[in-house]
Amino acid sequence: MKPFNKKELEVLAARIRLETLKVIHSRGFGHVGGSMDLADLMAVLYGAVMNYDVKDPRWPDRDWLVLSKGHAGPVAYATFGLMGFYPLEEAYTLNHPHTRFPSHTDRKLTPGVDLTTGSLGQGVSTATGAALGNRIDGRQNHVFCVIGDGEADEGQVWEGLHFACAHKLDNIVYFIDNNGYQLDGPTADILPHSSLAAKAEAFGLYTQEIDGHDVAAIYQAIVNAYAKKGMPSCIVLDTCKGKGATFAEVNHEHSSQPKEDAWAEALAAAEKALAEAEKA
Amino acid sequence: MSFTLIGKHEKDPRASRDALALTLNEMMAADPSICYVDCDLMGCINTKQLRKNYPDRAFEAGIAEANGAGIAAGLAATGKKVFFHSFGTFSSRRCYDQIYMSAAYAGLTVHVLGSDAGVTAAFNGGTHMPLEDAGMYLSIPESTVLDPCDYVQLESVTRQLPGITRGVTFTRFVRKDVIQVYGDGSRFEIGKGVVLHASDRDVCTVIASGIMVDEALKAWEQLQAEGVSVRVIDMFTWKPLDEALLLQAAHETGAIVTAENHNVTCGLGSAVANCLAKNRPTPQEFVGVQDLFGQVGPQSFLMDEYGLRAANIVEAVKKAAARK
Repeated sequence: MKPFNKKELEVLAARIRLETLKVIHSRGFGHVGGSMDLADLMAVLYGAVMNYDVKDPRWPDRDWLVLSKGHAGPVAYATFGLMGFYPLEEAYTLNHPHTRFPSHTDRKLTPGVDLTTGSLGQGVSTATGAALGNRIDGRQNHVFCVIGDGEADEGQVWEGLHFACAHKLDNIVYFIDNNGYQLDGPTADILPHSSLAAKAEAFGLYTQEIDGHDVAAIYQAIVNAYAKKGMPSCIVLDTCKGKGATFAEVNHEHSSQPKEDAWAEALAAAEKALAEAEKA
Repeated sequence: MSFTLIGKHEKDPRASRDALALTLNEMMAADPSICYVDCDLMGCINTKQLRKNYPDRAFEAGIAEANGAGIAAGLAATGKKVFFHSFGTFSSRRCYDQIYMSAAYAGLTVHVLGSDAGVTAAFNGGTHMPLEDAGMYLSIPESTVLDPCDYVQLESVTRQLPGITRGVTFTRFVRKDVIQVYGDGSRFEIGKGVVLHASDRDVCTVIASGIMVDEALKAWEQLQAEGVSVRVIDMFTWKPLDEALLLQAAHETGAIVTAENHNVTCGLGSAVANCLAKNRPTPQEFVGVQDLFGQVGPQSFLMDEYGLRAANIVEAVKKAAARK
């Protein structure tokens, strides 16, 4: 892990937000809400925490990222482009025919994507299997798995967590993106979860709940997770779905297809936010 | 491929599952990259020994097949050669999307094992009777689908599975009693059907797999006694199907009967018919479960009930040959 640098990570998060918008704008519509709310996490992971080699994306000792909420693909494509896995402009082909950047993350197509996701719940199991495989090989790396709060409706999420606890996998950290919304509306109106943190804790995970937009809190929670031995970790990120996208952070929609003037406004606001972060 | 045909319709004294369990035990000793994941059914197929002998590579996923399939795919992503087992119903229907997306679509190879093929689920009944398992796997791109007929053949294919590194594989097998068709030491090649009887007087070809191979051999004897000559092929390799052998048989005998311990809507007969329709339209009759659900009972009762007997094959041969 690199030492914590608040300004650097906040600037990176702002840059990721701007680029995520540009990636989705290249197609005109997409999963803005659940991508934008992960920008701060992605900034901490790729800016300070994870070991990876952009020239060798399958380096066996790398840290893994599994977006089990696979529809957050655009935030990954923006981040990986910024980190240098490929020229960022390539990601401006999102969902075009034969693109390497599909809606949902695909390990066969995109450098930097470790596992294929999209059918919700499944990334939790595959990420857990990868952590198990890394442990068999005696590697010191970590797997980071991002779960949506709506996704937590899937029973498979809990099967995966159960397995990780039973096998005492302390080389995996699960994040739950607790933004309170899913496709049909607020999670409270679809299948209320009560407390996701309490549930994760009851399963046997070392659980923390933090502000998912506070880079310092995210960094510290990962430090704490690394220090906890003999059990997997869960970090519940309280987030705002659509954070930083002017048209999406109001209604927290799952998928957005704004008109061009709304895109222009959102892109300008994200540019401004980046400039302010750089000035701070 | 090299084999000896025993074909005396006698039960193998060995439990079929041991062809898998003992062979895997040997293979795991020789290859540290082989992993095994089971869903609380190790006790049924004698693989508890794997967990005992290789505790860091043989895992219980518990009664959670969806997660078990995902764990297997995740292990594969770290370079492991992974075997994944449950009863055939549960390693197909219960975790189909997981195998499809997390493994096959993602380009990760998992070797799926489905025990209690078709009516051999017998006393576990219709809820546990996989009659569409192999059909589901046939429809996954890049897959390999196998229905071995006896101990020796199951052992031979098990040894070959780790060599398959593209696509998922599905092997359905019988847990306990099987008729010994082949002599020990017989070796088979995935993608190559096995010609058990052939002559230049054959008026039809019976293409069978799994427990239907012995029934096909009995049908051959009965037809011989009636002066009717037929070809018999063991097509344990549903996918890749041995199309060259099939088309040669269609050309030389002019009629086809398929015999499978599976629903005829989506199985060996369908795969054969696809190939024939495209290349050489040939009269074909389908022996198998005729789009029905499974039910409980002794295997012998179920084979009678669903028409999975030599007599059904004999009748189908006459019908197919008459359609030429």
